[in-house]
Amino acid sequence: MLDTAPAVRKAPGRKTSGPARPRRRPRLGPYLLIAPTVVIIAVLMFWPMIQIAIMSFQKVGNRQLRGEPAEQVGTENFDKIFSDPFFWQTLWHTVLFAAVAVALTLLVGTLVGLLLNKLGKRMSNVVAGGVMVAWATPPITAAIIFSWLFGSTGGLVNWLLDLLPDWLVGGGWADYNWFATPLSTYTVLTVCVVWQACPFVAVSVLAGLKSVPSELYEAARVDGSGPWRSFWSITFPLLKPIFLVLLVMSIIWDFKVFTQLFVMSGLANRDAFNLSLYAYSEAFGSINPKLGMGSAIALVLTLILLLVTAVYVRVMVRQGETK
Amino acid sequence: MKSRRLGRIVLNGTGVLVFLAAVFPVLWMVSTAFKPNTEIFSSTPQPLPKHPTLEHFDLVLNGKIAEGSFWGYFGNSLVLALATVVISSLLALLAATAVARFRFRFRTTFLVMLLVVQMVPCEALVISLFLDLKRLDMLNSLVGLTVVYVAFAVPFAIWMLRGFVAAVPKELEEAAAIDGAGAMRTFFTVLLPLVAPGLVATSIFSFITAWNEFIFAFTFLEDQDKATLPMMMQFFFGRSGNAWGPIMAASTLLTLPVIAFFLIVQRRMVSGLTAGAVKG
Repeated sequence: MLDTAPAVRKAPGRKTSGPARPRRRPRLGPYLLIAPTVVIIAVLMFWPMIQIAIMSFQKVGNRQLRGEPAEQVGTENFDKIFSDPFFWQTLWHTVLFAAVAVALTLLVGTLVGLLLNKLGKRMSNVVAGGVMVAWATPPITAAIIFSWLFGSTGGLVNWLLDLLPDWLVGGGWADYNWFATPLSTYTVLTVCVVWQACPFVAVSVLAGLKSVPSELYEAARVDGSGPWRSFWSITFPLLKPIFLVLLVMSIIWDFKVFTQLFVMSGLANRDAFNLSLYAYSEAFGSINPKLGMGSAIALVLTLILLLVTAVYVRVMVRQGETK
Repeated sequence: MKSRRLGRIVLNGTGVLVFLAAVFPVLWMVSTAFKPNTEIFSSTPQPLPKHPTLEHFDLVLNGKIAEGSFWGYFGNSLVLALATVVISSLLALLAATAVARFRFRFRTTFLVMLLVVQMVPCEALVISLFLDLKRLDMLNSLVGLTVVYVAFAVPFAIWMLRGFVAAVPKELEEAAAIDGAGAMRTFFTVLLPLVAPGLVATSIFSFITAWNEFIFAFTFLEDQDKATLPMMMQFFFGRSGNAWGPIMAASTLLTLPVIAFFLIVQRRMVSGLTAGAVKG
């Protein structure tokens, strides 16, 4: 694998024929095969990305939607955003939610993965199948189901909390409204997102564990190491690449969470906004759309994600995924 | 010996608990969908309906939801998802063949690009795609939306499919070539049948992507008669907040096909996502 890469890099566009090497394939072939994909991605992903960057320095509103040219405003959008405490509040929500949700997802997911590995074959398959159900649930239904579970009339969670003794959980749960404050809204959101994201972590960890030779654990056991020690000295170092990929993917997914929060809390509830909801609300949320402002916020979000993506790509390239 | 058996019991017990925690929300959705209203808002909730009823399903399937019928939304979602599957599978098959079979300049660049675009936030792109589609007068059209879905489904489809193409022994194609089959013929009679299972897996993935998608549909489609199932769920939930019976019946109808599909392709999805990482 390694030997082809430098050869490809060295090959100039028009190669003077060196040692007679029969050329079996037409040169154009692979480019024609990837051309449609490249065009679609360029037009629908790269170009819009550039547009976002351009628009973040413009004023784009109702007039521009009617066809007037956009007005250049320099860094005005960014000046406004960065001096507005509300922006910092949404950024804080985004970061705090991502930190808590990622930590919980990785912790619970890894524990479930370890459990699946310990269970007997049939039991393991059954539990893995059940866990898949959580993964497969569409985000929009997941959000609605959790709104129902945490609902203030007939909600199961409030009913359970009300049953528990008051000295343990406090009283007044019967008609508690989980979606009244940002903190309680994000609590529900965290439960919902972690429930959906754990399975992917669990199954990936399981796949990794299966590739670890069992002799290593036997040797460790003979040397007198317990399960805790075995995990940190054998499992974790060997599965480090998997954990790195899972960490980066989880950060990216949780950073841009939108649909679930949109359904649970909505555009009217500004106090609970995160970055992506804030950007969307500026761009589409009122009869006086501010697409330039929305783009500026979206650009901040994208740049943060791009930094994380850079780490991801580095890891993947190092592991030979792009070979 | 005894402590070992105890360990087994604790282990299996934990397994059962994890299983229940994972399926419970979905179970609760289905169970609520079959409960009469008196049981839904009962002061002592039961896990399963005592007197199961189909009234909520009847209301959803035959009544009006947010000024449209369930079958209208269902049809739009199905058309979008199938169109996305056909186009993205075709594009992915071509590109996957290129990266699995040829070494060419910019191949690595192309693969890195696929990784990067999978991480691009659609929450950001929705703003500029809205303006682009508006300029092209395709804002309120299922065709415009399909093209967007293809762009979002194709990178992962290629990533997953290239493993399947690479697994087909090259010798088979060479043998066909020696026997005088042209590139086209080789492709259709040798490669295509052998990567068919992989194609099914990627198709299902693309289907789920389009079927579940909410933000683009919600932002781009204006007419009620173009709306998709996830949009219907949002309207429904937003307008009749406490009609949990019908809402859960509609959620069940939206969710169960996805879960069924998902359980079929789960193994391949996992290996597609973490294939290289597992190599260690």
